[in-house]
Amino acid sequence: MSISTEGQPASMKQSIVLEGATVRLAGDSGDGMQLAGTQLTGTSAQVGNDIATFPDYPAEIRAPRGTLAGVSGFQVHFSSQEIFTPGDSLNCLVAMNPAALKTNLGDLDAGGALIVNEDAFDKKDLDKAGYATNPLDDESLDGYKLFRVPMTTLTRGAVDGLGLGMKEADRCRNFFAMGLIYWLYGRDLSPTLRFIDEKFGTKPVVAEANRKALNAGWNYGETTEAFVSNYEVAPAQLPAGTYKNIEGNQALAWGLVTAAKLSNKDLFYGTYPITPASDILHELSRHKNFGVRTVQAEDEIAAMCTVVGAAFAGSMAVTGSSGPGIALKGEAMGLGMILELPMLIINVQRGGPSTGLPTKTEQSDLMQAIFGRNGESPIPVIAARSPGDCFDVAIEAWRIATRFMTPVILLSDGYIANGSEPWLIPDANSLPKIEITHPGPLQEGETFMPYARNERLARPWAIPGTEGLMHRVGGLEKQDVTGNVSYDPGNHQHMTDVRAKKVANIADDVPPQEVNGPESGDLLVLSWGGTYGTNTTAVRKCQKLGLSVAHAHLRYLNPFPKNLGEILNRYDKVLVPELNMGQLLGLIRARYLKDAIGYNKVQGKPFTVAELVKKIQVTIG
Amino acid sequence: MSTQLPVLTAKDFESNQDVRWCPGCGDYSILAQMKKMLPSMGVPREKIVFISGIGCSSRFPYYMNTYGIHSIHGRAPALATGLKSVRPDLMVWVITGDGDGLSIGGNHLMHAIRRNLDINIILFNNRIYGLTKGQYSPTSPLGKVTKSTPMGAIDNPLHPLSIAIGCEASFVARSIDTHIKHLETTLQRAAEHRGTSFVEVYQNCNIFNDGAWEYTKDKKTKAENTIELEHGKPLIFGTNRDKGIRLNGLEPEIVELGKGVSEDDLLFHDEKASEPSLAYLLSRMRHEDGFPEPIGVFRAIDKPRYDDELNKQVAAAKSKKGEGDLNALFNSGETWTVA
Repeated sequence: MSISTEGQPASMKQSIVLEGATVRLAGDSGDGMQLAGTQLTGTSAQVGNDIATFPDYPAEIRAPRGTLAGVSGFQVHFSSQEIFTPGDSLNCLVAMNPAALKTNLGDLDAGGALIVNEDAFDKKDLDKAGYATNPLDDESLDGYKLFRVPMTTLTRGAVDGLGLGMKEADRCRNFFAMGLIYWLYGRDLSPTLRFIDEKFGTKPVVAEANRKALNAGWNYGETTEAFVSNYEVAPAQLPAGTYKNIEGNQALAWGLVTAAKLSNKDLFYGTYPITPASDILHELSRHKNFGVRTVQAEDEIAAMCTVVGAAFAGSMAVTGSSGPGIALKGEAMGLGMILELPMLIINVQRGGPSTGLPTKTEQSDLMQAIFGRNGESPIPVIAARSPGDCFDVAIEAWRIATRFMTPVILLSDGYIANGSEPWLIPDANSLPKIEITHPGPLQEGETFMPYARNERLARPWAIPGTEGLMHRVGGLEKQDVTGNVSYDPGNHQHMTDVRAKKVANIADDVPPQEVNGPESGDLLVLSWGGTYGTNTTAVRKCQKLGLSVAHAHLRYLNPFPKNLGEILNRYDKVLVPELNMGQLLGLIRARYLKDAIGYNKVQGKPFTVAELVKKIQVTIG
Repeated sequence: MSTQLPVLTAKDFESNQDVRWCPGCGDYSILAQMKKMLPSMGVPREKIVFISGIGCSSRFPYYMNTYGIHSIHGRAPALATGLKSVRPDLMVWVITGDGDGLSIGGNHLMHAIRRNLDINIILFNNRIYGLTKGQYSPTSPLGKVTKSTPMGAIDNPLHPLSIAIGCEASFVARSIDTHIKHLETTLQRAAEHRGTSFVEVYQNCNIFNDGAWEYTKDKKTKAENTIELEHGKPLIFGTNRDKGIRLNGLEPEIVELGKGVSEDDLLFHDEKASEPSLAYLLSRMRHEDGFPEPIGVFRAIDKPRYDDELNKQVAAAKSKKGEGDLNALFNSGETWTVA
């Protein structure tokens, strides 16, 4: 492993070696906790740790300062072992104000390190957080290792002389907190110092202030007697290669750019801003040199319609949204389906129903994806399982869309979209090409049939500009082969059957479902989407405990893999944990008549490993 | 090898589908003038796309031997936006109606116009919902008795051209289904304009709203009730061409020529005026207020087009950063290597 240690200050204190640690930085939404968390993540990745992150922020951009509603947090789990989740509970909590303490303390382990900015615990902020008395002064925090750090005073002192106002000086507090955490866990300061140079290069005074605050935080840990020792987390044994830390939405955007290149298409992304999908638009709009065209449409319906238009025109057309937006797109998705054109619809799921919990995660749009359109309107559905997996799933979705001439729905969720993990960078030249053929121009004596089909039942993708292939498509039912409008009863039945069969045929084209664990036994845990990490970790723990449990994680949700029914029957019980009220469960029970058991949670938060382990134990009995 | 295009005729633009509008519908004339006009543009059929929404007029693409999409209600301008953004080489027509374009699709129409993509939007205005059999539309007059308004409509009607001008349209025109020569010329002007062309066509629905535009069509009254706009010419109308429009402050007024009023006193039409106020004023001249209704080109100005600008940005990004390289992208930012 090659890790740069340049710029790494060496601590003179004793280090205790840990397998891993989970740290959450929490403060007011204006305190820069997301930035601090992102920096800790990148730095930990550079040290060679395996990482998983979980940003948790309020829907309001700036809720009133100091209130419980305005608390923003960023959780980082870094480890010397392979990890799949951002961690159930915290080894260390940094609370920048009383509200952050109140809303996050419940997640801190007994005996965990609690670092508070004691300057923020004044009467006004204690009142705002609903504390009658200062918790730092009573016995309520006795079960934790409490570190009272006057961060505001120390930060102001560190930047003194730079000519900053009080407000500007206080904005550097997150860098002070970062410096302290970096000291505590033996992190290298240099990636963050580089970041400061890049980010604040045009504002040298601000850059200098942030550098001073960061160093002051580190020095505080090193010099104050409050901290007796710090920790060391060794690099993880990841497979060889070059890595970068990647967030789900970024990986998804890169997957789309890659799929476009692999299929020799220009990418068109028509969308409307919505949390938590907007970062895909932000990322793609930066890559116009890849031929990417982004259109921020007037609304969700328009966004979907621009995609249908661009698909007809021959582009790789993609839209992205979240549940409420997908609801609006329903009719136009149905149009895309009956036109039998390839296009992708991304749903980065969030808490529903209606506006729901925009910044919180949930998996409750599965039924919407599969059934949420008028009429018999089958559309394939696939789901990403982790931040890095978003890259692979984007490419796979486009492969299916073009091979079968159909829209494909790609499900992500807020948890993996904003979460991050190390991503083994692929060699672009080794990625398989996606072959697409367009018919034409027409030869003398031939007649073009827009709804003639190949062996997969896919119709030809004839694009405007091709001589002789002029044809009209529309939302009305069309005659088999010719594509002309048809109200014939038998034809409608036939076309409905063909469209369903075409989507069902995709099961022949995708890999069989894999199972991790014994081939048969007491229990199969069946999961999908963003709960992969927690389910994997929980099942592995249970297997170590000697339980007869296996895990199957679905990527393909419509159609299901061909061998799924057979797998389900090899286990006495099937447990389906989902962050919804039983949507995959319902599909499994309906399709396979299997008496599967649901485990459901809709609290805007992911499962914890502990919850799942307990449920597995109880279910096996 | 010669790349000269074959000379096409109206017949070449006819599809193999039977036209299924009601006999006597004004749509037939618009279809006929479109087929007659298109060969003059010299654009091969495979480079033309007609996109429509839902309604009687929206069957139009099925009858044209070009590429076409009969999409969903109100959304044709959004489909056109996507299509034209990625294929600026295509000639794109949006066919819509007063319900499709101004009611369910009002938002898309507004945004397509303000983006000024190089597309042509033809709005067939018959002031009624035909395909759903006779409900009032957003252009039906106040008090209109229909199946859904047995006691009369109480919604204030919209005026399509006023809307288009309010959306910063670069080309706005009006014609009438039965004025076949004028209609053909207007369609041609729309096709030639670079940017979004918005054309309102007064179209008769002889089943559910027969005679809605009769005052503009009847041989005896049309010269009194319409006024043909010509760039740089004074606004003169009337059977004897003895009346004109004069500006009185910000109000138009009808004056009789000859009685102390000369042509020079009249309002002169300027379709290229950078300010849209004049075009807007003309769009507000209503028959019910005693004015002749203008037909012809209200406004035709040149301004940046969305499809051009979008593709310019792509070209600029490529020339600045070079053609996208996946491996460079993947390895950008902070990375680390595990041996």
